[in-house]
Amino acid sequence: MGRYVIRRLLQMIPVFFGATLLIFLMVNVMGDPIAGLCGERQCDPATAAQLRKEFGLDKPVWQQYLTYMGNVFTGDFGTAFNGQKVTELMAASFPVTIRLTIVAILFEIVIGIALGVVTGLRRGRPVDTSVLLLTLVVISVPVFVTGLVLQLLLGVEWGWIKPSVSPEATFGELIVPGLVLASVSLAYVTRLTRTSIAENKRSDYVRTATAKGLPRHRVITRHLLRNSLIPVVTFIGTDIGALMGGAIVTERIFNIHGVGFQLYQGILRQNTQTVVGFVTVLVLVFLVANLLVDLLYAVLDPRIRYA
Amino acid sequence: MRGATHAKWAACAAAAALAATACGGGGGGGGGKGSGVVSSSWGDPQNPLEPANTNEVQGGKVLDMIFRGLKRYDSKTGAAEDMLADKIDTTDSQNFTITVNDGWKFSNGEAVTAKSFVDAWNYGASLKNNQKNAYFFGYIEGYDKVHPDTGSQSADTLSGLKVTGTNTFTVRLNQKFSTFPDTLGYVAYAPLPKAFFDDHAAWVQKPIGNGPYMIDSYTKGSQMSLRTWDGYPGDDKAQNDGVDLKVYTDNNTAYTDLLAGNLDLVDDVPASQLKNAKSDLGGRYINTPAGIIQTLAFPFYDKNWDTSGAQKVRQGLSMAINRDQITNTIFQKTRTPASDWTSPVLGTDGGFQDGLCGDSCKYNPSEAKRLIQEGGGLPGGQVKLSYNADTGSHKEWIDAVCNSINNALGNDKACVGNPIGTFADFRNQIGRHKMPGPFRAGWQMDYPLIQNFLQPLYYTNASSNDGKWSNKDFDKLVDEANAETDRAKAVKLFQQAEGVVRDNMAAIPLWYQNGSAGYSERVSNVALNQFSVPVYNEIKVS
Repeated sequence: MGRYVIRRLLQMIPVFFGATLLIFLMVNVMGDPIAGLCGERQCDPATAAQLRKEFGLDKPVWQQYLTYMGNVFTGDFGTAFNGQKVTELMAASFPVTIRLTIVAILFEIVIGIALGVVTGLRRGRPVDTSVLLLTLVVISVPVFVTGLVLQLLLGVEWGWIKPSVSPEATFGELIVPGLVLASVSLAYVTRLTRTSIAENKRSDYVRTATAKGLPRHRVITRHLLRNSLIPVVTFIGTDIGALMGGAIVTERIFNIHGVGFQLYQGILRQNTQTVVGFVTVLVLVFLVANLLVDLLYAVLDPRIRYA
Repeated sequence: MRGATHAKWAACAAAAALAATACGGGGGGGGGKGSGVVSSSWGDPQNPLEPANTNEVQGGKVLDMIFRGLKRYDSKTGAAEDMLADKIDTTDSQNFTITVNDGWKFSNGEAVTAKSFVDAWNYGASLKNNQKNAYFFGYIEGYDKVHPDTGSQSADTLSGLKVTGTNTFTVRLNQKFSTFPDTLGYVAYAPLPKAFFDDHAAWVQKPIGNGPYMIDSYTKGSQMSLRTWDGYPGDDKAQNDGVDLKVYTDNNTAYTDLLAGNLDLVDDVPASQLKNAKSDLGGRYINTPAGIIQTLAFPFYDKNWDTSGAQKVRQGLSMAINRDQITNTIFQKTRTPASDWTSPVLGTDGGFQDGLCGDSCKYNPSEAKRLIQEGGGLPGGQVKLSYNADTGSHKEWIDAVCNSINNALGNDKACVGNPIGTFADFRNQIGRHKMPGPFRAGWQMDYPLIQNFLQPLYYTNASSNDGKWSNKDFDKLVDEANAETDRAKAVKLFQQAEGVVRDNMAAIPLWYQNGSAGYSERVSNVALNQFSVPVYNEIKVS
């Protein structure tokens, strides 16, 4: 087990360097960011040269990358064009996005798995058909439509919530945005759980457990559910990374000042430091989430061993 | 009314799919907590909030609240009126003696003196401070020493600025510039307190100025709270208790918040909502002219566009654009078809001349077709209109302009849009002279003078002359106008220069832009100034 974890951690190193290099190059390909700083006019050449020097943009790309990586390892992610440290931006935005992700994941686990179990056990019944139909609708409607409609109904028409989230972004305010963010994944979790449960329901160990005379809820929770959750856990684990980086649309609709907001602004202003910094952290989150998922397998299914 | 309700819901669903949000009535007012603080939409400023480093409207909003300069532009007429200036004297339009009024203070108690101005201007001009508005000091003698085009600076202060007393200083310009005093209302010329120089990092975190508001707290990227400064010595004291500026990533969300009563003022109504704004907000919607003009500029560095016949082609293109139709349908009359190269906010005394463009700016498809053929046809058989696709609603109107040109010429491929992903890249390609054809050029005035609409855009090698147009007659007339001490005569000369722009169709004027804003029932006396910035200090909260 320990060796397995170490091997996985070592594998992260090339992935980390590859990902940062790719992002660095991609942002660089977009061209010179200084030109966008002077509004609808030419930056005067002296000031532009001075700014390029200050942000290290006058050096060749490989040198910029090396300097950047050197700084990253000392904890310095550089400075955004508005003079703010990227680490400050991260400190302000990551907690917000993490809260949003937690709300979304909770929705996926609680509602998604519950619906999956119910429909999996009652396959072909009206409840199964209606939930299936519902998930189909949710999957086919784009997130921004769900978001805007909910915002309009709950925020403006009925006045239950505020249409936008305040800078503090408390858990209470994030319930609706979290639901919107989770909606599509929630539907997938439901369908995954349903199929998995339906398949395993007919397996030998379930029949044995029932034959032993175990109570139904124990058969379901201890035997059926535990074995059926492996694909679902994989899905939710990878979804953590996707939710954190992919919240751009939801964050825009509800005006949440999280990672998506910073990334969006960084890309618009071609701010290499912001974009690379945030994406690097997201890559790390993704890698760690994946590792945790793999380790969870062993907990769920004792037959799986890592050497 | 049942049928109507159903239709409304269907429209809502369709509108939602198109990224619109608001339907129905029910715009509740009263988002505040009983206090006299106005909440207003905002965008994250692009640059640090220093007066000589802020060149966009979001940072400008804040500086407009916390600073007062020598002059201030009247929010209704746009006339430059003395604010901190007691008097600005000159005999030759090149040497100015400026007297600052007594009794002005920064909000930290420090007195505003002549030195506050001279230090601030020296800081703004100095190359090592990376100030993006440095070129505003380019008329002051010694600028080439503190801000050389290449190499390092040989002086730290402008030789043209001298403090001659506590409240007086002199300015010597490197050329005659009669309207120089009128430019001093621009924020780059604001005075700065000692704190700015002593502890710069702390100042940028929480700027201190001499305006009617002071900054209470500032969370970068999300919110700024400004509160009324009780000790403000000026006449234009704030009529409310303060302003909370909230950053919105998407102006649609801000608009939805306004409808839900969660926000008092939106000064950037999204284009997709202009149709609904009047009915959604009742009388609480304003649409007033601003000093912004949209034009199509041409790459004169490209040989194809610099031929003798190309002038007719440019004229023809201008006549092929149906400005009335586009401003009515796409912009819902928040733009006015342009008939000169300035802006109505200047007023006729200031140099705005309705109809100066004449027939060249009137829609006339048959004449357009004839002129383009006479001029040798479109260079390369097609025009590509370049624009940045990330902000504004540029795609919609560029497509409409192309459509109009295509219809006029009876050729589906005569005009296509050429979207460029980001504004930075767009500016970059312009700077490298890589434009494959005409491109979008927007101009927001820095100060309400006809000079500002002509010289930076069309003078040889001027800072915003992106197409590199050059004309000796134009340059000569502008020089003469700048040297003319009589204001009316100077304006006349500028108009003659504008005539040269017209005769060559150096750029196609499209439309004048209005500022539009919506506000809640809680606030009143809301207005936008010529820069399309809300006049915050006059807003009343009930």
